[in-house]
Amino acid sequence: MHISLACLAKPVLHGYFRSSCSWRVRIAFALKGIEYDQVPVNLIKDGGQQLTDKFKTLNPMQQVPAVEIDGITISQSLAVIQYIEETRPGPRLLPTDPKKRAQVRMICDLIASGIQPLQNLYVIQKIGAEKVQWAQHFIERGFQALEPILKETAGKYCVGDEISMADICLVPQVYNAERFKVDVGKYPTIKRLNQTLIEIEAFKVSHPSCQPDTPADLRA
Amino acid sequence: GPVLHGYFRSSCSWRVRIAFALKGIEYDQVPVNLIKDGGQQLTDKFKTLNPMQQVPAVEIDGITISQSLAVIQYIEETRPGPRLLPTDPKKRAQVRMICDLIASGIQPLQNLYVIQKIGAEKVQWAQHFIERGFQALEPILKETAGKYCVGDEISMADICLVPQVYNAERFKVDVGKYPTIKRLNQTLIEIEAFKVSHPSCQPDTPADLRA
Repeated sequence: MHISLACLAKPVLHGYFRSSCSWRVRIAFALKGIEYDQVPVNLIKDGGQQLTDKFKTLNPMQQVPAVEIDGITISQSLAVIQYIEETRPGPRLLPTDPKKRAQVRMICDLIASGIQPLQNLYVIQKIGAEKVQWAQHFIERGFQALEPILKETAGKYCVGDEISMADICLVPQVYNAERFKVDVGKYPTIKRLNQTLIEIEAFKVSHPSCQPDTPADLRA
Repeated sequence: GPVLHGYFRSSCSWRVRIAFALKGIEYDQVPVNLIKDGGQQLTDKFKTLNPMQQVPAVEIDGITISQSLAVIQYIEETRPGPRLLPTDPKKRAQVRMICDLIASGIQPLQNLYVIQKIGAEKVQWAQHFIERGFQALEPILKETAGKYCVGDEISMADICLVPQVYNAERFKVDVGKYPTIKRLNQTLIEIEAFKVSHPSCQPDTPADLRA
């Protein structure tokens, strides 16, 4: 049997403590019980460390997260998470039923395509002075859609009673909403789910307040 | 059979049309005109299908799914026919990475809703985000592509690429600057599934835009 040395190395997450997309990957690693190393990429310092030529070779899109795992580098948090799901044992991150899987992916994509990209650092820097209203607008728009969807799909968690990628996407997005002063109380299902999820160990250990690169004034 | 609520020129709707065509699945279309009547996606009726008020939304097997990639993966997991994702997990990750670069990193920044909000500078805004994405996609595809985006089998990456190139051309981005993207697109647009699903020949294609 041939074992690649790359598979024996720990995965390496290039991320930022407060990047919601990086947090998704940290949650997934924690849920699966996978140990990994972190290489912080400070999105603000030095004009943004994601813009170095060195990081560009890891991810030409110049965004976090980028994950080195099993000898390859994967960017796009949901691609990373599904790769982990398909190659590591442990609790499922996607249900077995295809219709429930579709619901999980729909919720993930509503967040990962319909909300977060419209309020990430790059875009709001481009918007300029109106950035807070812009971010609030797109988060509210997304949550207004997500609330009735979750009301239909949710049990204890976003889709039924098992934790899934939908939960992994939801919690960091609620964190972003709170950073932009969106009143999440207007979305009772989102609020309820988030309150349940943030008490779970995998969501706590991966929280932005306790990462290697969390600044002292933001540490829990 | 399945019902696709979409718009002829919506790149996300086109992705779903390609997937149906590749799998040989017959389906009905209910056009949702994004411009007429202030935008038919904004009606209360459509909102019940998709609270996000976007196309596509697909009624299939008794449920309604929005988000094109969720629809396509559902089709992949429930219908036989040519694979839309490779078997190897690393290649699957590369396919998904390319899909998400387009579906999260480019298209949402240049879709109708956003550019209407941007207003007067909309063309420059859209060009900027498409160019930014293509500048990243080009070196990625140079590494992953064989005959198609990832190796030599058609995948969801190809399904996402072609409609995004169409959007780029609509915004007058010079795709020739991205030789791998250009080469792949030229190969793919000759394939039947990409032709029958093209915006120029849908039930709701206006007469002046018909092929």
